[in-house]
Amino acid sequence: MPDWLSPDEWRAVALSLRVSLWATFLSLPLGILVAFALARRQFWGKQVLNGLVHLPLILPPVVTGYLLLLTFGRKGFVGQYLDMMGVVLAFQWTGAVLAAAVMAFPLMVRAIRLSVEAVDAKVEQAASTLGASPMWVFATITLPLILPGIIVGAVLAFAKAMGEFGATITFVANIPGQTQTLPSAIYAFLQVPGGDPQAFRLVLVSIFVAMAALVLSEWASKAVARRISGA
Amino acid sequence: MTVQVSLQHAFDAFALDVAFELPAGVTALFGPSGAGKSSVIKAVAGLMRPDQGLIRAGDQVLLDTDKGINLPPHRRRIGCVFQDDRLFPHLTVRQNLSYGRWFSPGKGGVSFDQVVAMLGIAPLLARRPQTLSGGERQRVAIGRALLSNPQILAMDEPLAALDEARKAEILPYLEHLRDQTQIPILYVSHSVSEITRLAGKVVVLGKGRVLKAGPVAEVFSDPNLSPWLGGVREAGSVITATVAAQEHDGLTRLHTSAGPLWLPRVDAAIGAALRVRIAAQDVMLAVQRPEGISALNILPATVVSLRMGDGPGAMVQLRLGEDLLLARITRRSAMHLGLTVGSPVFAVLKTVAVAPGDIGAPPITP
Repeated sequence: MPDWLSPDEWRAVALSLRVSLWATFLSLPLGILVAFALARRQFWGKQVLNGLVHLPLILPPVVTGYLLLLTFGRKGFVGQYLDMMGVVLAFQWTGAVLAAAVMAFPLMVRAIRLSVEAVDAKVEQAASTLGASPMWVFATITLPLILPGIIVGAVLAFAKAMGEFGATITFVANIPGQTQTLPSAIYAFLQVPGGDPQAFRLVLVSIFVAMAALVLSEWASKAVARRISGA
Repeated sequence: MTVQVSLQHAFDAFALDVAFELPAGVTALFGPSGAGKSSVIKAVAGLMRPDQGLIRAGDQVLLDTDKGINLPPHRRRIGCVFQDDRLFPHLTVRQNLSYGRWFSPGKGGVSFDQVVAMLGIAPLLARRPQTLSGGERQRVAIGRALLSNPQILAMDEPLAALDEARKAEILPYLEHLRDQTQIPILYVSHSVSEITRLAGKVVVLGKGRVLKAGPVAEVFSDPNLSPWLGGVREAGSVITATVAAQEHDGLTRLHTSAGPLWLPRVDAAIGAALRVRIAAQDVMLAVQRPEGISALNILPATVVSLRMGDGPGAMVQLRLGEDLLLARITRRSAMHLGLTVGSPVFAVLKTVAVAPGDIGAPPITP
C-alpha cells in the first residue's frame, strides 16, 4: 500500500478497480452477443433492443441509477425476488458492478459491433464450404478477426466504469469501504473543508489509470491487428 | 461419380431453370454475366437455397426441396474457389491450406505435400495472404479447397480477377489438377479460351436457361450459338493435334487429322497431344487450293452448316478431318463462292494468328 494514499483513499481506488474489472468481464459475453445480433441479424424488436442498449448513454446518469434502484432495489420488481434468493445489490459493491456495467455497455457494444460489421461474411462462407460448422466458423474465423474490436470495447468499458459516478451514487450511495468508488471519494472529499489535497491525489490516480488503460488498449489492438494483417 | 444438378429459382431480374450432369473431369458453365452462373455455384455449395431443386452427388442427396432435404454447406464437401480468393487473413498460408483438413472425415484424397508440389506453393507456406500476389493467392485458394477432401470442386471464375500474365501462370496448374485428381470440377467462366484449355464438357447458360450442353469442340463450333458465346468476334472452334516436329525457323509442326498445321513455337515434346483454339474470324475459305499466298496452313475441309447473320457476316461450320472448324466470312463471300452444305473448300489459317494462350493440353479423361 503506497503511503502517499491514506487507507480510505486506497480503499476507494481498489474498490473502483475491482468494480470496473468485474463489470467489464461480466458484461463482455453479453456485449459480444448483442453486438452480433445488432450487426448481423434481422429480428422483431431490433430497434427496441438497440434503443435499450444505448439508453444509458443518453439518459442523465442519475435517472439510470434511479431506474436501477426501482428495478433492483430490495423492494424493486426484480430485486424482491433476488432478495428472496439472498442476493442484494442495492447499497452493495455488487450493485456498483451492475451500475458500472449498465453505463459502460453501450460503448462496449458499439466498438464490437463496428468490428463485426467489418468482417467479410464471404470469408466465413468460405470456411463453411471447407467443412466448418457455424460454431467452428465463429471460433476459428470470426472471433480472431473481431479481437481488436473486443479489446477496444473492453478497455472503453473499463475506463467508463472507472469514471462512473451518477448512476453508482444513486443506486448504491457513497459508503466508504463498501460502495465508495474513486469518483465518489473525490466528490466526498470536495464536500468537506480542507479535503482538496486528498481529492487532488485521487484525481492524479484517476488520470493515471485512464491513461494507462488507453495506452494498453492501443498497444494491444495494434499488436493483434498486426498479427491479423501480417504486416 | 456423376453429379446431377437441377435448379429452379425466381430472381427479381430473371428466372433460373437449369438441369445438367457433371461427369468426372472439368465441366464448364459458360455464359455472359447475369446468366445465372454464380447462382448455380452458390446453390451447389449450399450458400443459396433455390425455390426448387435436386442436387445429387453419386448416391448422396445434397438438396431435394420436394423432400425437404437441404444439407448445410459444411456437410456438403464442395470445395469452392471464388473469384476473390477469400483466404483467411489471420492465418498463414500453411494454416489456410490445412483449415479444411480439420473437418474432412477420414484421410482420403490428396496429401498436403502433393498439393503443395502440384501448385508450386512450397516457398509461400510461412507467409500471410496479404503479402502474396494475386496469382499466388489464387493458387493457395485452390490448394485450400483441394485439401478439404471435397467430392466436387466448384470454381467461380477463379481467374477473372487476374491479369493475362497471372492467368497464364495458373492455367497449367489447373491442367495438372484436372489430370491428377478424380474429382468432378464445375468451372464457371465467361472466357472461351480458358474453357477451351480446361474443360471436356461445357454447359452454355443464357438468361437462366441451358442453351446447349455437350463436348467443348462440338458446342463451340455450333454456329447458332456464336451470338451467345461472347459475340461473333469471340467465336471459335477447338481442334486436337499432336506435336510432329520442332522446325529450325522457330515454327512447330502439328499433326492434325486433316493434315499438317504450322504454329509459332509451342513448348511441348514431340508426340504431345494439344488442343488448339482457332478464332472463327482468323479462318479464310477458298474453293480452290490457293497458290502464292503467305499463309502456311491450307487444309481441305467440307461445309457442314452455314448460318447467315443479321448483318453482313456468315458463320460457316466445317468438317476438318475428325474435328469441326468454325469460319466467319461475309455473306457476300458465301454467295460469291456458292457455298452450300457439302461444298468442298480449303480453310486458310495464318500461323501467327494463334496465340500461345489458345494452346493447351487436352483432358486425359476419354
